[in-house]
Amino acid sequence: MSVVPISYYLVLSAILFGLGVIAFVFKHNIITIYMAIELMLNAVNLAFVAFARAYNQLDGLVFVFFVIVVAAAESAVGLAIILTIAQNRQSLNVERVNQLKF
Amino acid sequence: MLLLNHLWIILALPLAGAAINGLFGKNWPKRAVNSVAIGSVSLAFVAVAELVREFVQLSPCQTPWVKNYFPWIIAGPFRVDFALQVDQLSIVMMLTVSFVGMLIHIYSTGYMEHEGGYYRFFSYLNLFMFFMLTLVLAANIVVMFVGWEGVGLCSYLLIGFWFLKKSAADAGKKAFIVTRIGDFGFTVGILLLFWTFRSVDFATIFSKVAENPTDVGVLTSICLLLFAGAIGKSAQLPLYVWLPDAMEGPTPVSALIHAATMVTAGVYMVARMNPLFSRAPIAMFAVAIVGTITAFYSATIGLVQTDIKKVLAYSTVSQLGYMFLGCGVGAYAAGIFHLMTHAFFKGLLFLAAGSVIHAVGGDQDMRHMGGLRKKIPVTFWTMFIATLAITGFPPFAGFFSKDEILYSAYAGPLANKVLYALGLSAALLTSFYMFRLVFLTFFGSPRYDEQKVHVHESPKNMLAPLVILAILSTIGGWFAAPKFWGGQDYFHNFLGPVFAQADKLAPAVEMSEEAAHTLEWQLSGVAVIVAGIGLIVAWWFYIRQPKAPEALAKSLHGPYTLLLNKYYGDEIYLALIVRPLLWLSTNVLWRVVDEGMIDGTVNGAAHVAREAGGELRKLQSGNARSYAAWVVIGAVGVTVLLLGIWTRVVH
Repeated sequence: MSVVPISYYLVLSAILFGLGVIAFVFKHNIITIYMAIELMLNAVNLAFVAFARAYNQLDGLVFVFFVIVVAAAESAVGLAIILTIAQNRQSLNVERVNQLKF
Repeated sequence: MLLLNHLWIILALPLAGAAINGLFGKNWPKRAVNSVAIGSVSLAFVAVAELVREFVQLSPCQTPWVKNYFPWIIAGPFRVDFALQVDQLSIVMMLTVSFVGMLIHIYSTGYMEHEGGYYRFFSYLNLFMFFMLTLVLAANIVVMFVGWEGVGLCSYLLIGFWFLKKSAADAGKKAFIVTRIGDFGFTVGILLLFWTFRSVDFATIFSKVAENPTDVGVLTSICLLLFAGAIGKSAQLPLYVWLPDAMEGPTPVSALIHAATMVTAGVYMVARMNPLFSRAPIAMFAVAIVGTITAFYSATIGLVQTDIKKVLAYSTVSQLGYMFLGCGVGAYAAGIFHLMTHAFFKGLLFLAAGSVIHAVGGDQDMRHMGGLRKKIPVTFWTMFIATLAITGFPPFAGFFSKDEILYSAYAGPLANKVLYALGLSAALLTSFYMFRLVFLTFFGSPRYDEQKVHVHESPKNMLAPLVILAILSTIGGWFAAPKFWGGQDYFHNFLGPVFAQADKLAPAVEMSEEAAHTLEWQLSGVAVIVAGIGLIVAWWFYIRQPKAPEALAKSLHGPYTLLLNKYYGDEIYLALIVRPLLWLSTNVLWRVVDEGMIDGTVNGAAHVAREAGGELRKLQSGNARSYAAWVVIGAVGVTVLLLGIWTRVVH
């Protein structure tokens, strides 16, 4: 049987991560930025799973579960913050959330 | 054996008095302060007397009696113990200091009665007694140095006792700073002493120097450095300038610190270190020469001063010069003897001068006195006795001590005829200015405003010390009278063990008893004649022809002005040392080094941090996406760095 080489997974993971970064930096909508974060997290998850499979070790899988759990918790908190911002500013443009500075 | 085993009691008593008065005395009535101050000093005197009784019962092999209390400084081979020592020399000093000190404490209760800061005065005075006794009881030179600096501190505090008066505060500072110049030499001397002998203990050093011959050059350096300290403390040329200014302090302070005890610490130190000095002939000669020149120099200044205390101050400088002359020609016992009699008669002179000042309501100028003899008879008679003692008329105390010093300068082991001649001329000057003082103050017609000034004799607590000191100034020399005067010279015999090494190194000149007697007759005859001439000249000028001094001052205008201005000593120091130092401190050390370099470095560092921070804080824009961009840039940077390192490791 033919096995997909690990480099395929890693390249895919890197592409997904790069898309996430680009979306994070250039998008204005907070929800979109939020999705970009999830994309980056899952890109990393894919790399973990690929390595775990390649080296036959469980550690990577354990990390993936951690990341999924943390991402779930984060989305709970993050969505609450986004809702509050939306209520206060009537906008989801990240440019308008810039009061926290020098 | 109680006190020999508990020497600390002698120190603890005045220290306790100082602490109690200083901490609690502020709101106490004067009587309570008096009883603490006088009580502690009197008890200290009683303790010293008891110590003497116990000490004379010791066998010679038990002296010096050293008590080691605790190790104080241990640093590698350097070890200093807090140790006290009793020997014949410290016995003499302790008796003098504690007895004269006690009398002056009693006198002060009268003199300072109407002054503010009463408790402070007595606290300082007791503290002074503590440090002075530490100085004389010390068993090593470091503990001695503690006492040495401590008395300097008390001197500063008491000269500037009336610190609201600028001249008094300045005089205190001057005394402290000028003596510090000498003390620098002293501390270097201590280091060199340790470096040479690996010990700071008197007993160890003296036995080491006796056993192994040490390089004379090193010994000379040590002695000269230590003598620099003595020059500062005992107000010799060229560091004498602080003592006349120290007269700004209250008169009892002048009597106790600047006549009887502290200023003689230098003489004591030289006598204490006699095994070293006797092995360094150049240092000895320096001691003798400095002493003699100072004796003569300051006596000439004393001739024309008009402030009664200034005359006595220059007289003190001059008499201290005599003591150094004695030590310098190898007659340490004579020097110490003069130290003791000087404590009596000069203490008395100052106290009597204080009584005169008290009587005329605070004026110290002798030109505003005159004719006080009948109004304050006790003060007059005691001061007259002291004057006879200091000028060296027999049988008063000063005659024996001064005669002995002059004899040693003429015929002692290290005799020097030039020094003798200078010493004798200083004796002539002493006689003149002292009788001038007495005649101007007590004889003639009153020159003060009799309507305004009500001359009154001082209270009993001031007169009693005068009378006691007058008795001592009279009889104080008798028990040291040389054989030729029918005495036994107990003093010399008593001090013998302390100066044994010095006496062995420079044995007395061999002379037949008859020749010695003749010589002594001649020398003391000359001394008395010289003193008599001074008396007669003073009498001629100030009683017989009261107009003569003015005429003489006019005809000898140049020298007179020179003397009146004290050879411009202060002005020369001001121009040569103080002003350049002040200029250097202000323009270089302050403006350039302190403000420019030190402040500049500190402020510069702060400036850099602030500017950098000001720029860097703009990175925190509040824009979440820019943060993300920075994170990405950082991550890329770290990745590139790691890849670079990795590739380098692999290849």
